[in-house]
Amino acid sequence: MPTFNLTINNTKHTVEADMDTPLLWVLRDHLDLVGTKFGCGIGQCGACTIHVNGTAMRSCLMQVSQAEGMSITTIEGLSKDGTHPVQEAWKAIDVPQCGYCQSGQIMTASAFLENNPNPSETEIRNAMHGNICRCASYNSIEKAVKVAADKLS
Amino acid sequence: MATSKQQTFSRRSFLRTSALASGGMLIGFNLFNACKPEAKMPVDISQLNFNDFNAFIRISEEGKVSIFSPNPEIGQGVKTSMPMLIAEELDVLWDDVYVVQAPLDTEKYKNQMAGGSQSIRQNWMPLRQTGATAKQMLINAAAARWGVDASECTAKLGVITNAKGETLGYGDVVVEAASLEVPEDVKLKDPKDFTIIGQHTANVDIDKIVTGKPLFGMDYKVEGMVYAAVLRPPAFGQVLESFDATAAKALPGVIDVITIGEKARAYIERGKLSWTAPLSKSDKVVVIAKSTWDAFKGKKAIKAIWKNELPLESTEDHDKLLMDLLDGNTFNTRRSDGDVKKAFAEADKVLERTYEAPFLPHNCMEPMNFFASVTPEKIHLAGPVQTPEEAAKVVSDMLGRDLDDIHVDMTRMGGGFGRRLYGDFVFEVAEIANAIQKPVKMVSSREDDMTTGVYRPATKYRIAASVKDGKVTGYYLKEAAINSNMYGLVPNFFPAGAIENYQVDTANYKSAITTGAWRAPYTNFLASAEQSFFDELAETLGVDRIQLHIDLLQNVKGNTDKRIQYSPERLEGVIKLVVDKSNWGKAESGVYQGFSVYYCHNTHVAEVADVVMENGFPIVKKVTCAIDCGVVVNPLGALNQAKGGVIDGIGHAMYSSLSFKNGEPQSNNFNTYQLIRMGQTPIVDVHFVDSDIAPTGLGEPTLPPVGAAVANAIYAATGKRLTKQPYMSHLQTEKIVG
Repeated sequence: MPTFNLTINNTKHTVEADMDTPLLWVLRDHLDLVGTKFGCGIGQCGACTIHVNGTAMRSCLMQVSQAEGMSITTIEGLSKDGTHPVQEAWKAIDVPQCGYCQSGQIMTASAFLENNPNPSETEIRNAMHGNICRCASYNSIEKAVKVAADKLS
Repeated sequence: MATSKQQTFSRRSFLRTSALASGGMLIGFNLFNACKPEAKMPVDISQLNFNDFNAFIRISEEGKVSIFSPNPEIGQGVKTSMPMLIAEELDVLWDDVYVVQAPLDTEKYKNQMAGGSQSIRQNWMPLRQTGATAKQMLINAAAARWGVDASECTAKLGVITNAKGETLGYGDVVVEAASLEVPEDVKLKDPKDFTIIGQHTANVDIDKIVTGKPLFGMDYKVEGMVYAAVLRPPAFGQVLESFDATAAKALPGVIDVITIGEKARAYIERGKLSWTAPLSKSDKVVVIAKSTWDAFKGKKAIKAIWKNELPLESTEDHDKLLMDLLDGNTFNTRRSDGDVKKAFAEADKVLERTYEAPFLPHNCMEPMNFFASVTPEKIHLAGPVQTPEEAAKVVSDMLGRDLDDIHVDMTRMGGGFGRRLYGDFVFEVAEIANAIQKPVKMVSSREDDMTTGVYRPATKYRIAASVKDGKVTGYYLKEAAINSNMYGLVPNFFPAGAIENYQVDTANYKSAITTGAWRAPYTNFLASAEQSFFDELAETLGVDRIQLHIDLLQNVKGNTDKRIQYSPERLEGVIKLVVDKSNWGKAESGVYQGFSVYYCHNTHVAEVADVVMENGFPIVKKVTCAIDCGVVVNPLGALNQAKGGVIDGIGHAMYSSLSFKNGEPQSNNFNTYQLIRMGQTPIVDVHFVDSDIAPTGLGEPTLPPVGAAVANAIYAATGKRLTKQPYMSHLQTEKIVG
C-alpha cells in the first residue's frame, strides 16, 4: 500500500493506506482521532466535518491522497483545551443530547464564523443547514452559534 | 410529595457500605432488587462489582463525592439527572460531585434498560433514599464522635453541625460512617428545600463531547482489533443462496471472508426468539478487514445471489392490505364503553376520517456497531445497546456459554430512539468473534443501518365520532398496523372515559419486514391522527377547539375507572398554560395556529404551532409547548429533551418516509431519505407546570402531539386537511395560495 504524509493539527503523520481511503477513516482507524464522526459516508450529514486549510470540508468525501500538503484541523486540534469560543458556547448552552454529531457541528460553525464573525440569523441557519442532528438540538445549536459570534465580533 | 407504593423499600437490604483501603467510604446500592446475601463490598475502587450492585458512591476523606454508574446514556440526560437526585439528598455541592462512567473491564452489568421514558420516574425515590441514607450515616458517625444524639445534628453542603455549633466535614467521618449500621428510616427533603434538583445542570460528558474524546461504541478500540462489515439480504423475505468472494479476498486490506447465521438460526429454531431479538434466518457474508474502510470496500466486492424464501412485499400492497383490514371485521376490541353502534345509529351527524403513516427507520446518527472478543476463557462485549442484560443472555444461549463468562461494557450511544433496544448487532458480532477468535468490531454503513432496520410499522387509523344534539355521543377508533398493535394501556388514554360510547379496535398484518419500538411507540402517530380528528370534529360541531377538550375532560373528573391513564386535571392544566403562553386566538395577522394535546409516557403535554405562508408554502415558525411532567429535575436537560422531541416530531410528520418495493427499502441514505434540518426548524418555546409530584418521562411525550398541532395550523392557513404523512409530499403536489 502507498504511504502518505499528512499534516494534522500541526503534527506530521505518515500513514499507509489505499489511495481511495477517505480521510475520515485514516483519521479514525489509522490515527485514532475519533472525534471526527462517521454518519453517512456521502457528504450529506456533516458529522465528519474538518477544516482543510481553514475551510470546512467533509472528510468522508476527501481521499487520503488529496490531503497531502494540506493543513488539516480536526476537533481535537481546534483548541488546546476545549476553549475555542465555539466550544465554550457549546458548553455554556449545553447543546449536546446524544452528542454524536456535535464535533461536526462545531467544526462547521467555527469555520463559518472565521469568515463571517457577525452573521444574521438567516446566515447562521444557512451555514448550519448541512449538518444533521438526529436528536434535533437545532434550537440550541443556533443559539450557541449566536453566543460564539457575539464573543468573536 | 406523592410517592408510589412500589417505590418504597427497605434501605438496609438494598445498600451496603465499606471503608476503602485508600481512605474514604464506599456505598454500593441496588435500585430494584435487594442485594444478594453473598454480595461483597470491595475495599478497592478498581474492584467495583456491578454484578452485585447497580452503582457505587465514594465519599473521599476530602469530602468529594464520586458516583460510579454504568447507566446507559442515549442522549436523554439520565447520566446527569440521576446523580443529581443522590447529591440532593446527600446534601453536597454539585461542584464536588464527579460522575464516573463505570470503568471498562469490570464484571458484567446488572442494569435496567433505557427506554420508554421510564428511567427518572422509576429511580426518583430509590436514588433520593440512597443519598439520604448516606447522609444519615455520616451524621450518625459525627454524633458518635461528639458523644451527642444524632437528632441534635444537621448536615448541609457537606458539613455536619451539632447543637453547640461545632462542625465536621463529611470527609472527616467517612471512615467511622462506613462501619455503621445502615439506618432504616431516613427523612427525605421537602421539595421546597431542594438546591440541586430544579437547577440548570450541564451534561456531565460535555467537555469530552466538545473536544472529540472517544465516548461512543464507534470510537471503541482494543489492541489487535479487526473490523467487520456484514452483507445481509437486500430484501426482506430473501436468504443467501451463494456468493463469490474472490475479488474481495484479493483486496490488500481484507483479511478473510466468512459466513455467519448458523448460531442465530439454531437460536431461532430453539424457539427462544424474544422481542429484543429480531434476527434473520439467512446466512450473512462477513468481510474481516484491517480497517472499517477496507471492510466496506470488501463488502462491495462480494458477488452474492439471493433467493426468495417469503413473498416480497411492497408499500403499494401494504396500503391495500391495511385499508382492507380497516374495511373488514377481523378486529380485536381493546376497550369498549357503552354502545358505539347504537350511538352511531341514533346520531344526527357522523364524522369519519382515515389517517395514514409510513414505515420509519430510526436513523441514529451513530450507525449500529458493536465490539466482541470471544476466547475460551471469556466473552467481552462492548458498545451502544439499551438492553445489555438481554444481549448477554442471548449471546450466552447462542454460543452455549455460561452467563458468568460474559462481560458487557456500555459506551455512550449516538442516539437510540428505540433502535438500540434490539440487540441484533450484538448477536451478529458475537457470532463473528466466535468464528474468528479475534477481537472484532462490526460496523454498519449508513446504508446497512437504514435498510436492515427495525422500523416504526406503517399504520392506518380510521376514526369516527357521532354527534347528537350538538354533543359528541360516540367515538370509534380502528387501528390497522403492520405486525403489531398499540400496547395495552393506550386504549385508556384520552378520550377514553370522556365519551360515553367509546371503542378501540385493532388489527394487524404479519409482514416479513422487521418492526419495533420507535420513539413514543404507536402514540407517535396515533396522537397526530386523533388530535387532527378533534380539530375537525370541533369545526363540525361549530365549537372552539379548546372548549371542546375542556368540556370533554369535565366528564372524566371523578371517574373511578382505574384503567384511565391520564389525569383530566393535569391535561386541563397544560391546555390552559399553552393557551396563555401561545397567545392562542390572538395571534398577529398572517400567523395561523394549530392546537394539540396529548397524554403518554405518564406525562401531559399541550402544544400550539404557529404557521405562516411564505411563497405559497406553509412554514412552521414557532411551537409553544406546555408540559406537566411533575418535578423537573434538570431544567436544562429537560428543555433539550422537550425541544428535541417537538422538532423530531415535526421532521418525521412533515418529511420522512420509508417505502418498500419487492421487499427492498427504497431509501438507503440521507440523499434519498429526508430528515429535518436547521433551516426547517421552528423556535420551540417550552413551559413546565409547577409541580411537586414525582417526575415522569420526558424523552418521548413532546413528540406525539406536534404532528397534529402542525397539521391543524396548516389547515388554518390553507384550508387543506392533512391526513397522510409525510405531510410535505401532499403539499408539494400543488402550490397552495394562503
